[in-house]
Amino acid sequence: MRRLVYIVPAVVFALIAAWLLAGLGLDPKALPSAMIDKPAPDFALPALGDVAPPLATADLGGEVALVNVFASWCVPCRAEHPLLMRLAGEKGVPIYGINQKDKPADATRFLAQLGNPYRRIGVDANGRVSIEWGVYGVPETFVVDRAGRIRYRHVGALGPQDFEPLLAMIERLRRS
Amino acid sequence: MIVELGHFALALALLVALAQGTLPLWGAGRGDRRLMGLAAPAAVAQGALVLAAFAALTYAFVVSDFSVALVANNSHSAKPMLYKVTGVWGNHEGSMLLWVLILAVFGAAVALFGGNLPPRLKARVLAIQGLVGVGFLLFLLATSNPFLRLDPAPADGRDLNPLLQDPGLAFHPPMLYLGYVGSSVAFSFAVAALIEGRVDAAWARWVRPWTLAAWCTLTMGIALGSWWAYYELGWGGWWFWDPVENASFMPWLVITALLHSAIVVEKRDALKGWTILLAIIAFSLSLLGTFLVRSGVLTSVHAFAVDPERGVFILALLIVVIGGSLLLYAVRAPALAPGGLFAPVSREGALVLNNLLLSTAAATVLVGTLYPLVLEAVNGAKVSVGAPYFEATFVPLMVPLVVAMAVGPLLAWKRADLSGAMGRLWIAAAAGILAALVAAWLSGGRPVLALLGIALAAWLVIGAAVDVAERVRLFRIPAGASLSRARHLPRSAWGAAIAHAGTGILVAGAVAASAWKAELVEVVPVGGEVRLGGYTYRLERVDSVPGPNWRAEQATVTIRSGERTVATVHPEKRFYPVQAMPTTEAAIHTLWVLDLYVVLGDPDGKGAWTMRIYHEPLVPWLWIGAAIMAAGGLLSLSDRRLRVGAPARRRLPAGAARA
Repeated sequence: MRRLVYIVPAVVFALIAAWLLAGLGLDPKALPSAMIDKPAPDFALPALGDVAPPLATADLGGEVALVNVFASWCVPCRAEHPLLMRLAGEKGVPIYGINQKDKPADATRFLAQLGNPYRRIGVDANGRVSIEWGVYGVPETFVVDRAGRIRYRHVGALGPQDFEPLLAMIERLRRS
Repeated sequence: MIVELGHFALALALLVALAQGTLPLWGAGRGDRRLMGLAAPAAVAQGALVLAAFAALTYAFVVSDFSVALVANNSHSAKPMLYKVTGVWGNHEGSMLLWVLILAVFGAAVALFGGNLPPRLKARVLAIQGLVGVGFLLFLLATSNPFLRLDPAPADGRDLNPLLQDPGLAFHPPMLYLGYVGSSVAFSFAVAALIEGRVDAAWARWVRPWTLAAWCTLTMGIALGSWWAYYELGWGGWWFWDPVENASFMPWLVITALLHSAIVVEKRDALKGWTILLAIIAFSLSLLGTFLVRSGVLTSVHAFAVDPERGVFILALLIVVIGGSLLLYAVRAPALAPGGLFAPVSREGALVLNNLLLSTAAATVLVGTLYPLVLEAVNGAKVSVGAPYFEATFVPLMVPLVVAMAVGPLLAWKRADLSGAMGRLWIAAAAGILAALVAAWLSGGRPVLALLGIALAAWLVIGAAVDVAERVRLFRIPAGASLSRARHLPRSAWGAAIAHAGTGILVAGAVAASAWKAELVEVVPVGGEVRLGGYTYRLERVDSVPGPNWRAEQATVTIRSGERTVATVHPEKRFYPVQAMPTTEAAIHTLWVLDLYVVLGDPDGKGAWTMRIYHEPLVPWLWIGAAIMAAGGLLSLSDRRLRVGAPARRRLPAGAARA
């Protein structure tokens, strides 16, 4: 019996290694999503103070838009923020924000510092709606087409290399 | 030519490491002194060869040889010399070469300074060190060769990421790697001990200085990284629970635990199996950290080389090194003779508590960091990676740890008198209450948890002082006699007390910076003023200033408190044209109990600028605390007992060595 205790570390490591191996097989930038090509989940989230109007399923569709899940405590969100500002400002892409597990005061300050690219923001204080969307962590970005269906999902921060492909996809969806 | 020589030296180092990793191990098994004797010269040769390779790459960066792909991608002829040199490790390939260099240099150091080690143990330790080197040299040469040429060579380079062009970051990776890779020595000792089948006080005493050295450099490395994030990223935070930060923090927690459990092995011959396991885990987490950062498994702002192919190689390496050593552990550790017994309330008991809390904390951080992969393994509930998770899980573990840190050193070995120790700590408890009252008076009494944190910090600092006072019997024997005792107190005792006090100072900084930060964002016209917490900030002017490889808008801001001018500071917005990337250079004026942190934002086009001002209370204490901790570690490292090494091992019954 006593010998068995000493095997525990090796077993725990085997599990972690299996997880890492599984994680490697997935491209961290493009995790497949069960939600692709499905309509956006049904939700209605309250507004973030008077920063932007609230966000609900009915607000999506009609126009090709991005839905970006963000939080002020999330460092990669700060990294991708300038890109969202460019998409919203220069390219006029509608961006909707889901503010996940954040303090409203922190989120307001975050947007005051870095600028607000969002047309509407839904406050997802307990992360329930993010689960509906199948979000792994923040930041994540979804492309929603004119019919309100999720067409693309990007896990993690958007980088400069994602700018052009994302724009191209939006253009394509606008024309289709 | 020099670049090719570097490449050749690296390949040669691989061959030497291969010999170092196999022949002495075989020799130690057979008792062949000649084969065992190969280990030391091979380790020194490997160190010299990797050093030559590193020097060659550094040369390519210094002379801006853009025919080398790595230089072209990461350097620029107009870059200041300091950053040309530090650019060597500001990228994936170069930083891995630095990793291997430090590994090889540690191996060479063990070979050179390990004169008092028994030949068999020394041969095995160096062989394990060599085998780890083989893995990483293979990785470097096969997937991350820094010496690849470009043809045709570009006219100029693409420059280093401007965020990395900074003196703080220049020395952060080397310090961090010294700590990371320093834990490889403890690992090699642990594996060698498992092969030998015995762990004793002498073993613990040989391992401790290497562990201590790794701990000191890792402490400094993490502090430097945190400092860099604080002033360079320009949003005033100092710790973000970023996967890459966690990757360095997990080994730190485990090395701290190892440092303490090795004391128990040395003094009481107990906790042997556990200590070996910690040594393996400490290095495993260092490797895991490398894997996480290099593979792109986790997304992070730090990840500057995302490449799944490299990830597969490192994962394979991880499985061989960690899996192999843990299997060896499963087979051999049960045979380690259990050592001295002790009561729960004792110095050993306190160190076990320390180990439990630190390793649980490390596991907590590990789960939080691996979360995107582990997903819903924890009772199906989704936990987010990020500050909310870590604040909810990590902080509650640190509270009992800090409480116990002051008590532990006052307890006797084997069986101790807890109420006696607590009685001697009355002054620390009083200091804690006093500090909390002062903090409540200054802050208006909120938040209550922060007041508790300040009380704990004071308890810890004064508790460390009580430890020293008790040892020198202050006020109980004449002052002269106390002074003489203080002079003869071992440096390791001083080091421990100083490191504990440094932790207290760091805790105070962490608590105050998290709880009482104040900030203000306002659009200010030139000549305008804003006020925050009793200080007036006047935006005097904004000038355009050219730099060597950037241009900047530099503001002049006068800070006044009432009528008195406190400081004139110059926050900047820089633009690096080669990478088309802006950076903010925050201006920080420190009052030691408070940092005034001024950031210049965007112009509004009508002559006004966005200004962000933060008041960061006690933030300097974080770096001071960390520096004191490392200084305590260094003092302990200079202890004569560690330098001289251990007394001769007890002779074992014949045949036991090959058990």
